[in-house]
Amino acid sequence: MNIQWPGLVTTPAFSYLYHKKIPVDNILNISNLSKTYQSAGRTLTVLDQINFSVAAGSTNAIVGPSGSGKTTLLGLCAGLDRSTSGTVELNGINLSNLTEDQRAQVRNQHVGFIFQNFQLLPTLTALENVMVPLELRGEKNIRARALDLLDKVGLSERGHHYPLQLSGGEQQRVSLARAFSNAPRILFADEPTGNLDAETSDKVIKLIFDLNKEAGTTLVVVTHDPELAAKTQRIIRIKGGKLISDEKTINA
Amino acid sequence: MDNNIDFKRKINIPWLFRMALRDSRRNRSRLFLFISAIVFGIAALVAIYSFKYNVQNDINDQAATLIGADLAISGNKPVDDQLKHMLDSMGDERSQERSFASMLYFPRTNGTRLVQIRALQGGFPYYGTLETTPEAAGLTFKKGRMALVDKTLMLQFNARVGDSVKVGNLNFQIAGILNKAPGQSGVMAGIAPVVYIPMQYLEQTGLIKIGSRVNYSFYYKFNSSVNVNKLSKNLDPVLDKAGMRFETIETKKDNTGRAFGDLSRFLSLVGFVALLLGCVGVASAIHIYVKEKIASIAIMRCLGVKSSEAFLIYLIQIIGIGIIGSVSGAILGTAIQHLLPLVFKDFLPFTISVQISWMAIGQGILLGVIISILFALLPLISVRNISPLNTLRMSVDESGRRRDPLRWLVYLLILIFVIAFSYLQLDSIMGSILFTLGILIAFMILTVTAWLLMRITKAIVKGSWSYLWRQGFANLYRPNNQTIILIVSIGLSTMFICTLYFVQTLLVQQVNLSSSGNQSNMILFDIQSSQEKGVVQLTKQQGLPVLQQVPIVTMRIEQINGKTAADLTKDTTIKIQHGVFAWEYRVTFRDSLTSSEKLLDGKWIGQADPSKEIPVSVEENLSKRGNLKIGDKIVFNVQGVQMPAYVASIRKVNWGKVQTNFQVVFPKGVLEDAPQFHVLMTHVPSNKVSAAFQQLVVKTYPNVSIIDLGLILSVVDELLSKISYVIRFMSAFSIITGIVVLIASVRISKYQRIQESVLLRTLGASRKQIFTITALEYWFLGSLSALTGILIAFAGTYFLAKYSFEIPYSVNVLPALVLFLIVSLLTVIIGLLNSRGVLNKPPLEILRTNA
Repeated sequence: MNIQWPGLVTTPAFSYLYHKKIPVDNILNISNLSKTYQSAGRTLTVLDQINFSVAAGSTNAIVGPSGSGKTTLLGLCAGLDRSTSGTVELNGINLSNLTEDQRAQVRNQHVGFIFQNFQLLPTLTALENVMVPLELRGEKNIRARALDLLDKVGLSERGHHYPLQLSGGEQQRVSLARAFSNAPRILFADEPTGNLDAETSDKVIKLIFDLNKEAGTTLVVVTHDPELAAKTQRIIRIKGGKLISDEKTINA
Repeated sequence: MDNNIDFKRKINIPWLFRMALRDSRRNRSRLFLFISAIVFGIAALVAIYSFKYNVQNDINDQAATLIGADLAISGNKPVDDQLKHMLDSMGDERSQERSFASMLYFPRTNGTRLVQIRALQGGFPYYGTLETTPEAAGLTFKKGRMALVDKTLMLQFNARVGDSVKVGNLNFQIAGILNKAPGQSGVMAGIAPVVYIPMQYLEQTGLIKIGSRVNYSFYYKFNSSVNVNKLSKNLDPVLDKAGMRFETIETKKDNTGRAFGDLSRFLSLVGFVALLLGCVGVASAIHIYVKEKIASIAIMRCLGVKSSEAFLIYLIQIIGIGIIGSVSGAILGTAIQHLLPLVFKDFLPFTISVQISWMAIGQGILLGVIISILFALLPLISVRNISPLNTLRMSVDESGRRRDPLRWLVYLLILIFVIAFSYLQLDSIMGSILFTLGILIAFMILTVTAWLLMRITKAIVKGSWSYLWRQGFANLYRPNNQTIILIVSIGLSTMFICTLYFVQTLLVQQVNLSSSGNQSNMILFDIQSSQEKGVVQLTKQQGLPVLQQVPIVTMRIEQINGKTAADLTKDTTIKIQHGVFAWEYRVTFRDSLTSSEKLLDGKWIGQADPSKEIPVSVEENLSKRGNLKIGDKIVFNVQGVQMPAYVASIRKVNWGKVQTNFQVVFPKGVLEDAPQFHVLMTHVPSNKVSAAFQQLVVKTYPNVSIIDLGLILSVVDELLSKISYVIRFMSAFSIITGIVVLIASVRISKYQRIQESVLLRTLGASRKQIFTITALEYWFLGSLSALTGILIAFAGTYFLAKYSFEIPYSVNVLPALVLFLIVSLLTVIIGLLNSRGVLNKPPLEILRTNA
């Protein structure tokens, strides 16, 4: 039983949204989220009582030093993992109550992903990689739509190439096309430019924000890169598993 | 807002197939390499099955020519008048045959040989022919004093058509060469070559005397639509009472089919072992494959693929390659099937046809698919547990992950499958459980050896060792090693070869042993009482020793504790086997035990008291079959005379010794005057002496038969080598499978080794150094598995010798050592050949192609 008690939500980040009293406007609600691991008889706390919410259509950055728990947080938010305690509510769906297969459905319907190392399926062509989420949803006209998306990231000519035949930047653009293929409500990006050179990084970042704006998708990006973080509307800082600051940027 | 997630989304099967196909793109050749391990097992089974079905068809088609008549009745004693009247009135056409062992003498070349004489009267065979050269001889020989002589015999004694041969007192002209008699196989012809003579001359040969073991056969042909099966059923009780057997085309089919069925079942088990070995290879390869696929699976899971869907995608791949592997195996098996008639031709009494058997192919493919799925499931079920978190960081709680409890279910399924399959082959629950257990134990010993090896090397490898040795050893236990699968597959193959070799040499040794030294190696039998003195004298004149001289009286058991054969059929609770009454016993009488006998129970009585019941001694196995205990009453029928006796003692007899051994021994003072014949044993020092002595005996006493052990020995040797050829042929499949698994395993690990070898090369390691590391590693693997396999073979041979063959155990270490070296070197060579890609190419090229 997971009952959401609005009164318990006390973080400043949440309070300004709270007054609107339209919870679905928050695409993501995180409350009292903790994650611990049992290792060699000791309990290792990776995330400790994290609370925040993300407004639909907003752009957000989660930053923090290595080992601060930000990737774990992203995994939990996106429903890739199960929390030890606390709840994650994505688009009004409480992920804690779902089985892994049900969470997979939520990911397929509402979530897009971009990874530091691109994570394209190596045995599928660029086009097929973009098609997979659509095929999973059993949609129509898949090939044309996937080609259209590839065109948007400037790779319409390279649809038949395998990931290994593409450069890093090209691979990340394919993964962007894939992420937007299911018209996700929220896009999670884990160090999207971490494996790219500066020039390519800029192009990819621009593409992410453009596509995001065009599709009206919520963006949550985990990054080391202060430049990238500064382009979002809000920066959430994590250190030692605790949320230490939550600030709006000038973009807000 | 779209919050309605359809959690019960239907699985889109066509899409799964598409994904399976896409995902396999860059791995197809590798997947096929994995599955090629099952190809040879399937091929072996399909070949055997096809052969089995063809033979079944052949038996059905040729059964009539196997028996040569609609009905054949036979027995080993003359028929009484009443029965004779009945036998003479049946059928539309009748033939009679008397067959017995006798010496055949070739006057032109002075050769002699024990043969089976068949005296024939009438038009038999009614189906098929006596295949002779010239062709007409099969019919014409009955018209005069002519004989048909077996092909090999003609060759052996350099005889020609038109020569004369002497049977008993009578000369016959050779009318033709007998190429094949109905229902006779090549092996049988080697043991007792057949000579046909017309029955009207039988009496004149003077060979039918007391103690002559004559078989009386009656052949019938029915022109009208007589139901032979019904008729024979009615005849059965009458014939049974007279101690005669009958055979119809139908029963011949069944019997031949059953005899061959046993052989094909055994061979399909050998093929199955090859298949199992291949499957273990498949399981281990798929395990590595799944590990490499973790990243892809995690991405799919991120994109919303359910765990069951991910599992199915890979299951479809496995089924696909399983089908491809099985079909390839079936094709190969169908091709190999053409070789089998060559392998088996000496064992089967009919022409073997080769046809494509769709039934066999179907069974083989089904079996291949089922078993490759079962074994692939072991590593595949872990696909369900691969977390999407692996996209964010590799090796997410990989070590801490609980092992899937479903795997126990898979183990259980595999176990059930193996037991069920072997049950289908063996037709015995106990046998199939023992078979499964044996395989399991061999697997476990090898697995434990591999595990210990890894533990021990990990413990003993020290930093102070040379780098090359350290690295070579370390390859045995580091992650993703192939140690277990390689040791199991190489070890198992070695075990097979070695056990086969050991058992074969043990058997041959056993036969050689009995013929060496001053033991008797020639047996003269069917000596009549009147001839006894003369034969002894003749033997001594030739300077040969008379090692044993035994009188023999034939008799039957009429009653045991008042129960007769008739009671046995009525009352099934009587624990006496039917054969005990049907058997014709050859009994001797003497006053002491021989060196090959040991008293187990009761008291040996060497002299009978004429006023009391006769104290007899029975052999251990007979006492078991007849449920006989000390003091039990037996009534013997000695050629018409009832003789009440009781069991005075039970003996253990060493049947392995070449001398006359008896199931029943009478004391002195009872049988002296009974109709009897004699056996004499002697030792001939050479073939030359043997031939001269045989000629002399046959000339003087034509009815005396001689068995030359040297001849038997060569026949046994030939037979054994034929059998072992068949077994070697089948076990070759296991060996090839072992090699394929070895190649596949080395190839798989190659993908993992490349990175490291390239790193080593980049850091400046020379080709020679990497070569040494690789060679050392495979030498350890090969030598250890060969050693373990050979040790298991030592143990296996011991158990086989002790419990199955009951012969003394001894093995030769030298051939085992040779095998050890061959297997170890072969492993190293295959290992190096498959790693040469890493050695020969510049590091950068490899990095690029395998990135």
